[in-house]
Amino acid sequence: MNLFDYTRADTLGAAVGAEGALLAGGTNLLDLMKIGVATPSRLVDVTRLPLSQIEDHGGGLRIGAMVRNADLARHPQVLARFPAVAEALLSGASAQLRNAATTGGNVMQSTRCSYFMDPLSPCNRREPGTGCSAIGGETRNHAILGWTSGCIATHPSDLCVALAAFDAVVEIAGPAGTREVPMATFHPLPDANGVPPALAAGEVITHIRLPDPGGMARHARYVKLRERTSFAFAIVSAAAGIAVQDNRIVAARLALGGVAARPWRSTGAEAALLGQPPIETNFARAAELALQGAAPSGNNAAKIVLARRIAVRALTLAAAGTPDRMPALPASVFEGDDHG
Amino acid sequence: MTQTLNLTINGTTQTIALDDPRATLLDVLRERLGLTGTKKGCDRGQCGACTVLIDGRRMNACLALALSHDGAAVTTIEGLAEGDRLHPVQDAFLRHDGFQCGYCTPGQIMSAVALIAEAEAGLDPERVREGMSGNLCRCAAYAGITEAVLDATRTMTREDAA
Repeated sequence: MNLFDYTRADTLGAAVGAEGALLAGGTNLLDLMKIGVATPSRLVDVTRLPLSQIEDHGGGLRIGAMVRNADLARHPQVLARFPAVAEALLSGASAQLRNAATTGGNVMQSTRCSYFMDPLSPCNRREPGTGCSAIGGETRNHAILGWTSGCIATHPSDLCVALAAFDAVVEIAGPAGTREVPMATFHPLPDANGVPPALAAGEVITHIRLPDPGGMARHARYVKLRERTSFAFAIVSAAAGIAVQDNRIVAARLALGGVAARPWRSTGAEAALLGQPPIETNFARAAELALQGAAPSGNNAAKIVLARRIAVRALTLAAAGTPDRMPALPASVFEGDDHG
Repeated sequence: MTQTLNLTINGTTQTIALDDPRATLLDVLRERLGLTGTKKGCDRGQCGACTVLIDGRRMNACLALALSHDGAAVTTIEGLAEGDRLHPVQDAFLRHDGFQCGYCTPGQIMSAVALIAEAEAGLDPERVREGMSGNLCRCAAYAGITEAVLDATRTMTREDAA
């Protein structure tokens, strides 16, 4: 790890415009510093900023950027209004990491592309213009949507997929004032030479806002396919919400994870479900629309099929209703199976 | 530049001068304070061998920058027993053979203490296994670990009721 200066920002004013890398829970940044991928000359500790509240916001919620993942997942109003957000959080990392990791840090985490995480491999995301070592390599965790010859990495967050599905907005404070960006478009897609930064220099994420979920509050799920049932990143995942009246879908939400450099929200799939009965053939058609334009970025064509199935599963489970208690294995594809 | 931090380790407050900001809480515990019960495994937050309680919450000490935790109360494996009287989780690990080589055990036990305090897994083995998934055991003593956590949960629930 390179040597750095450590400072702490106790007020938002001190954090906005500060030079250096922002340190929150440290679960991603310190790891990247240890392996030499992140080499900041200055760390600005933002863990003491007064951004640890979860507040009512109309029928929705406003979440401070420093709320820890474990606290967000356990919050009664998150469980009541946005159960897919809690399920996504609990399907990720370990209890130890969720106790440290923050909401803002989760949004800002880096890709887990193994070539990005190897400082000796050329990487446009790390150093624009150097090339992409993942192309032609091992691409199980890589994109099938929105990728370019410049970068095929995916965003690894589970939380962001559920946030994007339920219309979350990212509130940002910067030297030039505040701005807001929908979660679904917050993470830039790659261009031919690399990936533009999501935040400008000196900007800080302050809150994530979720609007009233209406009838989807008790019909929301997150489903995640991974190589082991706990403590693993998604190969593909989906967050879904459904509201039904008189056997017709009146609201639908669908976002896919593990497939692109951002959570892949599909408003086309959502629109196609409106007015339809909540049955599998309609979910299959929506999943087809969500995967429109999908193409393998390497030896990962199976992910297109898997993502389609996971989308159908998430919509089916959402229509069936959120269980009263969080499943023992959150987001597991084995739920309801006999494990055989 | 030397920076100082205050940590309350197992009930005793200490002021520590750091001349290198790169020190993690794990480095401070093992190399400055001689508390080597907390183990360094992967050093990247993946194995759980370094699990300690920071202000009552289980965390990976290897990913906790020491300076960022100025003022925190830290409990390590050395702080669990009262003299010769083992903590119920330590006792249960012994009785249920919850280890083989023992290297991951301090982290397993600290994680289990927090899991029981979180009171979400209860006596459901599947929830216990899921709740302990941040602690790897290369000897694969998981069957004994799960039994130990369930048994300690029963013991501590009885003690709470008494």
